[in-house]
Amino acid sequence: MKYLSAIQKRQLRGIQVMSLLLVLFSFVFYFNSTKVEDITFGFVIDQEWQLINEWVVASKSGSGLFLLLALIGVALAYLQFRNGKQIVTGGFIFGFGIILAFLCWTASGKFVPFTGILQGAIMFSVPLIFGSLSGLLCEKSGVINIAIEGQLLFAACVSAMIASISQNVFIGLVFAPIAGMLVSFLLAFFAIKYQVDQVILGFVLNVLVIGLTGYIYSKLLVPYGDVWNLGPTFDRTPIPLLSKLPIIGPILFNQTIIVYLMYLIVFVIQFAMFKTRWGLRTRAIGELPIAADSVGIDVNRLRYKNVLLAGLVAGIGGSYFTLGAVGSFTKEMTAGAGFIALACLIFGKWTPRGAVTAALFFGFTTSLQSNLSIIGVSIPSEFMLMVPYIATIIAVSGVVGRVRAPAADGIPYSRGNR
Amino acid sequence: MLRQLKKIKNVTQLPFLAFIFAFLIGGIIIALTDSEVMSNLNSPRKFLTSFLAKIGNSFLAIFQGSIYDVNLARGESFFKGFYPLSDTVVNATPLILAGLAVSLAFKSGLFNIGAQGQFIFGAIGASYIGFNFEFPSLIHIPLALTAGIICAGIYGGFVGFLKAKTGAHEVIVTIMLNYIAAFFLLWLLKTETFLRPGNINPIAPEVKESAQLPLFLGEDLRIHAGIFIALITAIFVWWLLNKSTLGFKFRAVGANANAAKTAGISTSFVTFSTMFICGALAGLGGAVHVLGTNHALGADIGGSYGFDAITVALLGRASVLGTVLAAFLFGALQTSGLNLLSVTGTPFEIVQVIQALIVLFIATPALIKFIFRVKSETAEKTITAKGWNG
Amino acid sequence: MSLELKGISKSFGSLVANESIDLKVDTGEILAILGENGAGKSTLMNIVYGLLQSDSGEIYVDGKVVKINSPADALSVGIGMVHQHFMLIPVFTVAENIILGHEDVHRGRLTLHEAKVKIKKISDDFKFEIDPDAIVEELPVGIQQRVEIIRALIYDAKVLILDEPTAVLTPQETDELLNIMRTLKSKGTSIIFITHKLREVKAVADRISVIRRGKVVGTTSPTATQEELASMMVGHEVDLTARKSASTTGRKILEVTNLNVFDGLGRKIIKDLSLEIKAGEILAIAGVQGNGQSELARALINLEDHVTGSIKLDSEEIVGKSVHEALQSGIAYVPESRELDGLIGSFSIAENLILDVHSVSPVSKNGQLNINYVNNNADKLIKEFDVRTQSIFDTASSLSGGNKQKVVLARELSRSVKLVIVSQPTRGLDVGSIEFVHERLIAEKDSGRAVLLISSELDEVYGLADRIAVIYKGEILGVTDSSISREKLGLMMAGVK
Repeated sequence: MKYLSAIQKRQLRGIQVMSLLLVLFSFVFYFNSTKVEDITFGFVIDQEWQLINEWVVASKSGSGLFLLLALIGVALAYLQFRNGKQIVTGGFIFGFGIILAFLCWTASGKFVPFTGILQGAIMFSVPLIFGSLSGLLCEKSGVINIAIEGQLLFAACVSAMIASISQNVFIGLVFAPIAGMLVSFLLAFFAIKYQVDQVILGFVLNVLVIGLTGYIYSKLLVPYGDVWNLGPTFDRTPIPLLSKLPIIGPILFNQTIIVYLMYLIVFVIQFAMFKTRWGLRTRAIGELPIAADSVGIDVNRLRYKNVLLAGLVAGIGGSYFTLGAVGSFTKEMTAGAGFIALACLIFGKWTPRGAVTAALFFGFTTSLQSNLSIIGVSIPSEFMLMVPYIATIIAVSGVVGRVRAPAADGIPYSRGNR
Repeated sequence: MLRQLKKIKNVTQLPFLAFIFAFLIGGIIIALTDSEVMSNLNSPRKFLTSFLAKIGNSFLAIFQGSIYDVNLARGESFFKGFYPLSDTVVNATPLILAGLAVSLAFKSGLFNIGAQGQFIFGAIGASYIGFNFEFPSLIHIPLALTAGIICAGIYGGFVGFLKAKTGAHEVIVTIMLNYIAAFFLLWLLKTETFLRPGNINPIAPEVKESAQLPLFLGEDLRIHAGIFIALITAIFVWWLLNKSTLGFKFRAVGANANAAKTAGISTSFVTFSTMFICGALAGLGGAVHVLGTNHALGADIGGSYGFDAITVALLGRASVLGTVLAAFLFGALQTSGLNLLSVTGTPFEIVQVIQALIVLFIATPALIKFIFRVKSETAEKTITAKGWNG
Repeated sequence: MSLELKGISKSFGSLVANESIDLKVDTGEILAILGENGAGKSTLMNIVYGLLQSDSGEIYVDGKVVKINSPADALSVGIGMVHQHFMLIPVFTVAENIILGHEDVHRGRLTLHEAKVKIKKISDDFKFEIDPDAIVEELPVGIQQRVEIIRALIYDAKVLILDEPTAVLTPQETDELLNIMRTLKSKGTSIIFITHKLREVKAVADRISVIRRGKVVGTTSPTATQEELASMMVGHEVDLTARKSASTTGRKILEVTNLNVFDGLGRKIIKDLSLEIKAGEILAIAGVQGNGQSELARALINLEDHVTGSIKLDSEEIVGKSVHEALQSGIAYVPESRELDGLIGSFSIAENLILDVHSVSPVSKNGQLNINYVNNNADKLIKEFDVRTQSIFDTASSLSGGNKQKVVLARELSRSVKLVIVSQPTRGLDVGSIEFVHERLIAEKDSGRAVLLISSELDEVYGLADRIAVIYKGEILGVTDSSISREKLGLMMAGVK
């Protein structure tokens, strides 16, 4: 027998687990299914051009169909494994098939707003994408960023206050990145200048921001809410023509300006990280800073720059909670999004593309969950709420496994101290 | 003798200064955000006096709200004034246990963010035995505590198992498990077994009196026997870390996993057993909290104990004594929050700000030395959370 | 270009690393700087290259004083350096590594094209055979070193510093490097060659400066004998040959058959390896670093995860046991890296001395550490192994390199073992400690233990071994007795049977 490496063994185990789950779910969703009613998928939510309006399918045949898709996913994963490639694509198809099969089973007799779920997925994933990109900018250059939560929260608070007193949502948006950079500055200052342990530092900064915003909230935003906490919000700005595209139009191109900013930032970071001088140097100082230093790159200065940049990105993301949604700030309103963003970064193996994919996945499961509880299905909503978190644990321990962070991530740099 | 004193000075000087500095900043924030103080801006003298008075009053309110309140004693007994202190101890009890759960993990090189979830599972286990059965106290209490320990131990051990088997990073897994525990509790409180009969709010039946921890200073004070459980556990953890063979393994892996492995110590075993014990400790915290203080499992049973526990462990620099002292300090600060609000109108979130600042400054000895111009030997780095590759 | 150092001093706390050092290298000259480990050679060169700042002293280039505050300054005045630990980003390609810090950018986008052309040209000139698109971490160390040389040349270095460049090379690669140095010299490049190897110095240097304890103790020409150079380096007369005793071998202690070791990616690191060692003999595994000897040592105590084949200690199978069981069944293991694998820096010396026996009687009693025993054991061992320390409660990290190694040896040799595995036991040690380690290993052999010595220092191998096994790319190319000539051994280490 051919000898299998640790990675291959894990891949094989992953495929075995997928096959097992497939068999299990086939019984639950198909062979043992007693659901007979039709399920209706809705594809139109707005005034976009229609390609398909509704798709009605019998619960059981729908489940069967998507279980087949999951089977194809497993087969693809096996083929990828045989060809010595990563099995991520197969895994994703598998997951997608299982989720839809589950949907056909659980929502029998109901109307499922499919496009709406996807639109929600984007909305839920926006702060996660901003947050994980903030983490990426820091960690690629060798500074661990646990303070994403604090960056998001502080920016949400500040942007809401500024937008409220100025009654101008754009001025609010300008101050959001500044707030994020303020938290970043503390992170950079203590991590780079004083070489404080970065995991601990990030955690403490979160506590500090939670306390500070809570204090501001109770002292200022509640008693003087009509002045300080009643800001305008961004409206959706449909992009002409593009927003009319069937299905993807309303999902991608009928969003707020913050989401369009996100597209831009994702694209710029993906390009810059791998194709520019800045990207090359950033990756270098995250891997072996002394080597970068030895060719004349000022390691700590670039780290400062990137950590501040990360604050800027997370700051825009933070404003999404207030300016992009409700307009007013409430205590701890980010509710752990920063930690989920961190998980997305690790899940996505420290690549922009991976982090964004992970965030979209997380957004999708959250959106699915919230839609299903509106539709009213038999599964307790608490379990639906758990799904994204359970999925992350499975992904981190099964598909992703031991990940490799940038080699110098979290290690302060000073000369003569390799 | 002199050397001993010098050593004590070296160890305590910087934390003390960090403490002073953090309170000073907290005080300044309180004063600068006070409308009365700020209305005196046009007259520097008035501004200064009201500024200082505000800070003084706030610190007095913190003291009276957490240690001894003369107003309570007035007209009543002298002891009545210690009512806040009793509350401080009650608040500190779960923090000691959960804090130890984080500290112990640090010693093995693990960052346990999951004390919150483990705490909840401990509370669930203890509460179930507490309200569902009827035994004599001598059996009922240990049984309920054990149930909490086991539930949470398994919950924590699962993290260690995953890390040892698949390399899943404990920080990510514990964050996720915190959410899962919270949702699980919400669901549980809707089930027939756990929902209090005739109630629609998510709250479980009160634990039977035989399972409640005794109020050993009388019914007036909330202080209960949980503090003894916490202190005895702290001594046990100290013994485990410093005297036992198992603790030697923990410390060895935490300090240098490669060398430990080379010397034949199984890191998988250490990861699993550490996380099991940490889960058990946090779970015991949850159990004591539900049996001693709350008496009934509610959706908010976890409060923020699990997260505060991390700050407590960081402040205590992951040592057992440090963690216990830090837990008392945090217990006091939290207890004082209400008094601070009612007496001076300062929102109690300021307490959280001060806590964060203390930890931040303690972790930055160089800055404190610079600000206070002191020369002192740098204390050795005791906590090093490992990065993602560790 | 000429480079001159005047009165360079540098101290770290109370430790004086360099004390008013004066040196000069002329255009097209090779200056060798010879010194023991820890003599201050690397500190000096890091000052010249701008990675450290001197406390006092000046640096002159072509007679003019220059300020070098960073590597960028050094590069701009024409100083290039090939570091002992390569300054290459492992996950980058050769071309990416070479342009790093001097990137060509075209409309905001990186262009590697010009760099690749230049790399090709220099590579052809010197017959380096380097692919600009190869990932650095996948290249052999000898090639990685050439990447560093190319980088220095592309940056137009007129003075090239080579810091212990031969430590990682085979004898053949070393000869090639010496030839490259001669070629560079003929093209007018000045070279500072830092080493502690006498033979190489004599082969290539124009002048030799010897550094001892941070001071230049003399400058001489390559006509000096090896003994003269050695005594300048160490400060007293040295006898370069270890006293090896005649061996009386007994029964077979270790028998390895068809051992295969794989890494995490499934690559075979050790291939069908078989060997045996008898009681009372020292078997040396000679080979260039990175040919599987580290993995072999680790596999023998089951530290490697993916292993097939059989390892028998006194006819007892080791494969499949835990590390703890392997050690307790009678193996002493002195790992390659004292700091990383041998000791726990933040633990006390006493605790380090029980690291691998903490859970067995008499150290452990009812799950509790027997502190009295631990302390008595430490007192006894630091005397026996001459560990210089103020207290057994001091941390291991406070010890010097030689004393650290003595602690590891004390711990491992004080157990009742049949087999002693030592991996690069004298790397980075001063001469006194090296002598101690060598004598101790010979004593172990004389007491009837089997010793497996893994070393890339040929002098050490010749001095101690009864038999020599040469390892190349995970295979044993042959086992000979120690009368084999250096040339033949060198060829075998390069893969020629």
